[in-house]
Formats: sequence, C-alpha cells, structure tokens
Amino acid sequence: MNAIAPRPAAPIPPHARTYRYDAVDREFLAERIAEFEGQVQRRLAGELTEEEFKPLRLMNGLYLQLHAYMLRIAIPYGVLNAAQLRQLAYIARRWDRGFGHFTTRQNIQFNWTKLEDVPDILRALAAVDMHAIQTSGNCIRNVTTDEYAGASPDEVVDPRIYAEILRQWSTLHPEFTWLPRKFKIAITGAPHDRVALQVHDIGLEAKRNAAGEVGFAVHAGGGLGRTPLIATKLRDFLPEAELLGYLEAILRTYNALGQRDNIYKARIKILVRDLGADFAKAVEEEYARLPRDRYRLDPAIIAAIRQHFAPPPFLALNDTPLPEDPAFRAWAGRSVRAHKRPGYASVTISLKPIGGIPGDASAEQMEAVARLAERFSFGEIRVSHVQNLVLPHVRQEDLAELWDGLREAGLAAPNIGLVSDIIACPGMDYCALATARSIPVAQRISERFADLDRQLDIGECFVNISGCINACGHHHVGHIGILGVDKRGEEVYQVTLGGSATNDAALGELVGPAFSYDDVVDAVETILRTHVAHRLPGERFIDCYRRIGLAPFKEALYAAA
Amino acid sequence: MPLLEDGRIIDDAWVRVADDAVLPDSPAIVTLARLQREAAQLAGRNAPLGVVLPPDVAPDAIAPFLDRLGLVVLELPKFRDGRAFTQARALREHHGFTGEIRAAGHVIPDQYAALLRCGVSTVAVPEGADPAVWDAARRVVGIAYQASVVPDSPLSLLRRKLEIA
Ligand code: SF4
Repeated sequence: MNAIAPRPAAPIPPHARTYRYDAVDREFLAERIAEFEGQVQRRLAGELTEEEFKPLRLMNGLYLQLHAYMLRIAIPYGVLNAAQLRQLAYIARRWDRGFGHFTTRQNIQFNWTKLEDVPDILRALAAVDMHAIQTSGNCIRNVTTDEYAGASPDEVVDPRIYAEILRQWSTLHPEFTWLPRKFKIAITGAPHDRVALQVHDIGLEAKRNAAGEVGFAVHAGGGLGRTPLIATKLRDFLPEAELLGYLEAILRTYNALGQRDNIYKARIKILVRDLGADFAKAVEEEYARLPRDRYRLDPAIIAAIRQHFAPPPFLALNDTPLPEDPAFRAWAGRSVRAHKRPGYASVTISLKPIGGIPGDASAEQMEAVARLAERFSFGEIRVSHVQNLVLPHVRQEDLAELWDGLREAGLAAPNIGLVSDIIACPGMDYCALATARSIPVAQRISERFADLDRQLDIGECFVNISGCINACGHHHVGHIGILGVDKRGEEVYQVTLGGSATNDAALGELVGPAFSYDDVVDAVETILRTHVAHRLPGERFIDCYRRIGLAPFKEALYAAA
Repeated sequence: MPLLEDGRIIDDAWVRVADDAVLPDSPAIVTLARLQREAAQLAGRNAPLGVVLPPDVAPDAIAPFLDRLGLVVLELPKFRDGRAFTQARALREHHGFTGEIRAAGHVIPDQYAALLRCGVSTVAVPEGADPAVWDAARRVVGIAYQASVVPDSPLSLLRRKLEIA
C-alpha cells in the first residue's frame, strides 16, 4: 500500500479520560495493521480463498454491504476524546461521503469505504489510538457500558475501568477468536441499568458489598435476534479479582459446547436455554478446574487502569438555576441530566433531528461537537447505545452557551427519550441482510410527530426499528418495537408493545397482523392516541401499557378494519 | 501432509493406522474408538502411541490414557471451527499433558500464533504450503494482552511482549 501520511493528530485534551496508549499499545496496533495488510495481499495473490479471507476482514470491521464496503470502527465502551472525534470527521470527509453513522454498540460505521483505502484509514485511526479490531466476526466484540459513566449520581463503581480491562483481555484472545458466533459483553456500575445487560451474551453489574469491596453480578445468555431471550444470572457477587478467570470459564464452556451447524442456534443464549441449570454447572466446573493464579486480576493492574479514568479537575461549584428562556428550557428538560458533582451536568446531544437518519452525523457536526467538548466538557465525548452523543461533564453555568453552540451546528433537537428519539438499524438502505427498509420508517414517524408539544405530551417512549429478524434495531425491547419483514415480495411491519431494556427487561408483545409500509406510521399514531386516552396523569407509555395491557391497543388498531 | 514445528517443516515419524490394521512397531496414531476398545492391549505396547480427538469430544474422555500417549491430534473440520483451541488448552491446563498436540484438518496460517498460545505444538499443513508464510504469520503480532498456557513473562498491565522462538 502506498503510505499516505495520516493527518497529524491534534493533541489529546489533557483532561479527557480515555485510556492513554503507551509505546507497547501503539506497537501492537502497528503490528495488527501489518497483519491485516498482509492478509489483503495474500487474498489478492490468491493464497487465501474468499471464504478464508472473509472472517479475517470481518475481524477488522470490514463488511461487504449492498453498495460498498462498510468499515465499523471501535469506540471502546463509547468513550472518545475531542482529537479522536476530529479524526473521525477527517476520515468521513476524506474516505467516505462526509458522514459517519453511530451505532447501538457505541461504535461508528462508514458506509462508503473502498477496500484499497482501508489500510490507510486504519493508520489514520492508529494515529489517535483507535482501531477497528473485533467490531465484527465470531469473537468478543466491543464491550459497551453506561454513557454516563464517571458522571452519574447513582454510580457505585466506575465501569470504564473493567470495560478497558475486558477490552485488553479480549483483544486477539488466542482461544476465543473462532467462537460459534459473535459475543457481546455489556457492563454497568449503577443500579439503574442503562446498558441493557439482560439482553447481552454476558451482562455484568459492578457493585459493592457491605465491606465496600467490588464484585460483579454475572448474567449470561441474553440476546435479541430471531430467538430473543432474557439472560440467566450465574453469580450475584463475583469477587473483582476473579472477573477474567470466570469469564474464561463461560467462554470455554460456550466454545466447546455451542452449536456450530446452524447459524441461528449458535449464540450462547441457545446453549444457556437448552442446558438450563446444567449450563451454570458446566461453567462452575470449568472455573473450579482452571488455575486461579494465572487468571487472577491483579489489584495493581486495576489500580493502573483506574488512573486513566481519574476524575477530571472538577471545580468546587454550587448548583445554579437554569435560564428561564422557554426554548432553552424545552431542550434542557430533555437533554440535561444530573451529575454527581454539584454545579455540573451531563448533556445528551440528539442525533435524531426530525426527518433525519438516526445516529448520522456529518463531519462538520463531529467537529462542532469536538470543539464544544473541548470548551465545555474536558474534551470528552460519549456515544450512547441509543445512537446519541453525550458531553459528560458540563458546568451548569455553561449550559446556555453550549446550547447556542449546538443550535448553530443543528444539534439541539430537544427530543431525547421522546417518540422521535428512534433507534433504527441501517435496513434495506445499506444492509445486505435486510428484508425491509427501516431508516425511512424512522424518518416518517419522526416527521409525523414533529410537533414538540405533542411529543412532550405523549411523554417518554422508545421506538425501536429493525429491518430484519436479526434485530440490530433492538425492536424487541422498544416500548414500541417495529420489525420489517418480507411477505411475498412486500415489506410489512410487525409491531410489538411493552418491551424494555432496563432493570425490568421485557420482550414486547405482538399486537396482531403486520402493517404495510404505508400504514405503519398510522399504526404508531393510533397506539399513542390510545395511550393518551387511557393514561393516568403523568403516566409513561410503558407504565400505562403494563397497567391496561394489550387489549385496548389491539382494539383501536384493528377494530375499524 | 507436511508437518510444521517452530515455523519449519519437520519429518513426521507418526503414521495413522486404520481401525482394522495391525499396529506397526513405530509411532502410530489410532482413532478414539480403537483406543477405548483396545485399551488393555495398547497399554502394553512399547512404541509411541497417539490418538485423534474429534472436535466434539472433551479431553476428559482420554484422561485415563494420557500418560500412555505421546501425541494428540486435534481435527479442525473447518478453520472457523474453534473447538480445538479450547481442547488444546484443556489438555495442557487441566490434564498437564506434555506430549505433542497436533492441529490437523483445515487450518490457516493466520491461526498459527493463537494455536501455539493455546498449547498446540505442531500443525499438519497442506501439501506445498510455504513454511515462510506460516512463520511470518506467527511473528507479525508479537504482543499479547492475556495470559495463556505458554509461559510468558509476567504481566505489567495486561499485556506483554511474546518471546517467539
Ligand atoms: S436488523 Fe437486519 S437489516 Fe437491520 S442491520 Fe441488522 S441485519 Fe441488517
């Protein structure tokens, strides 16, 4: 490959709490890029068959989509600094069409890359300590966590430390690179689950016991897709030092026993379901046999990684009253969240403008967010699993100025948690597996409910849309879930109600026969009208649904027909 | 098939023996079925003995025979089938097996380094395979972020440099 010098990276903001690479980490990345380049060359020389090359490129985040190669870049546990976000903007402009797409795995995808450019893109990423390793393939994927980590008042343990440890441990793991299927781990350190841990292959809740020691509730075998399942709890309090050893035991059990002959039965959730109590038994037996010392997580390592996530230099401030301006208040009411430090707040930036593509950001918007993060949030940015961005640590007295900056960049949509804050997978517009469009459905719903007062009146409601049964849009756990399927050549949409991805995780219930592409927006409208008609004062959609059940919605949807 | 060890092609002294054939007085590889069936006779044999462990059988199944075995062959039906990695690691870690572990079947050079770190010692490579490609593939990434059954230098953070022979 011709060596195009990557753009000289801007300096990392000094107080951004991303994991700081050292010389060995950088050497590793350079080696990994060299390995991938060699694989591309061997493919071109015919030494690797396409069948052999495919999983190798996937393990470097490179997919062949409908129109082009898509490169998925890892944003470990959704944490970015301003220099990294600027570099993503540069990549979007230079090698894509000026856009990037943030995903529900807290990653970013570029949908229009060329194979021959990929090594250069990887070098441009390496210049800011980023990569595309294990963003696809049957291996351990990017670990996700709470977008408010280090900022949320309810946080008990900082999950970033363990997410980074898991990132390192799983990187090119020699034993777990050829698993039956992909493997996703989520970790939270707060009692309120913001990572959907019960629908992950492994979900970890970091917590403290009465003595103040850190441990983990370990859940395994949750997942969405064709067979949605809620995870089983294996341990309630796994001691901190045992984290890696115990996860080794789970992965070994899965690698040895997971199904490999049927792609739809290959996820760990199927093994956990089929073995029942024997799964936990097999894990415990494996764990009892493995040499604890070899896999023990040394407190010195934890302490060293913790330093990377030390609190930024917060000032001693008092809470300040917010400006009265109603437009500002409307935005702040949705976007501003309480912080663990007085005088600070976390701010969610909506990537869901009315009629826009959920999760898309232009290069200019990325640069604007980088600039605002440097000015107002120690240079730190988070990607949320609902495809928005977060500035974690903003001084309350700066909120009005930040809002002005966001408005200038077209990033001040005041719709966080409302009907138009939709999760949608790429669907038929990009994805080779899609059976229906999902982005245009999201756009039409968002346009239908463009009136903010109406959205506010409806209240919190999560709409999730997938373009096929693989469920990348997490439709099962949406308050309103929409799944596009193909019915004799026609796109139709199945609607489920009552899903939830948090502590009270639940899978939505099907309302009845599917709706056509034209009718699905009306169906959402009818559902929400029914909610408004039946709700108690201040009652959220999900609570109203749980109280009154499916029948009134069913009746409203199908009675007329 | 040529046999790869430490990145070089070496002579293979072992032969696979069919279930109904008489065992030679030289290193011989038998099936698991034969090993289990003829355990008593095989125990009295002087020449080295090896077995093929199918991917769906846990190493526990050959635990009673391991002190008699000089070789365990792990078959990868497809290179994407990673069960052999866990079998190899279990043989070393749970059973303390010190003989040869050989990966056979569909293996690609890009898996060589990981196989070694899981405890595999040799790979049966396809006819005409270039050992230089395999050797380069195991050297290209010389840093690892996790413990393995291969004795490594102690952890600093999680990762350390590997010493590749
Ligand atoms: S849910 Fe289906 S259509 Fe949507 S991104 Fe996933 S695989 Fe593609």
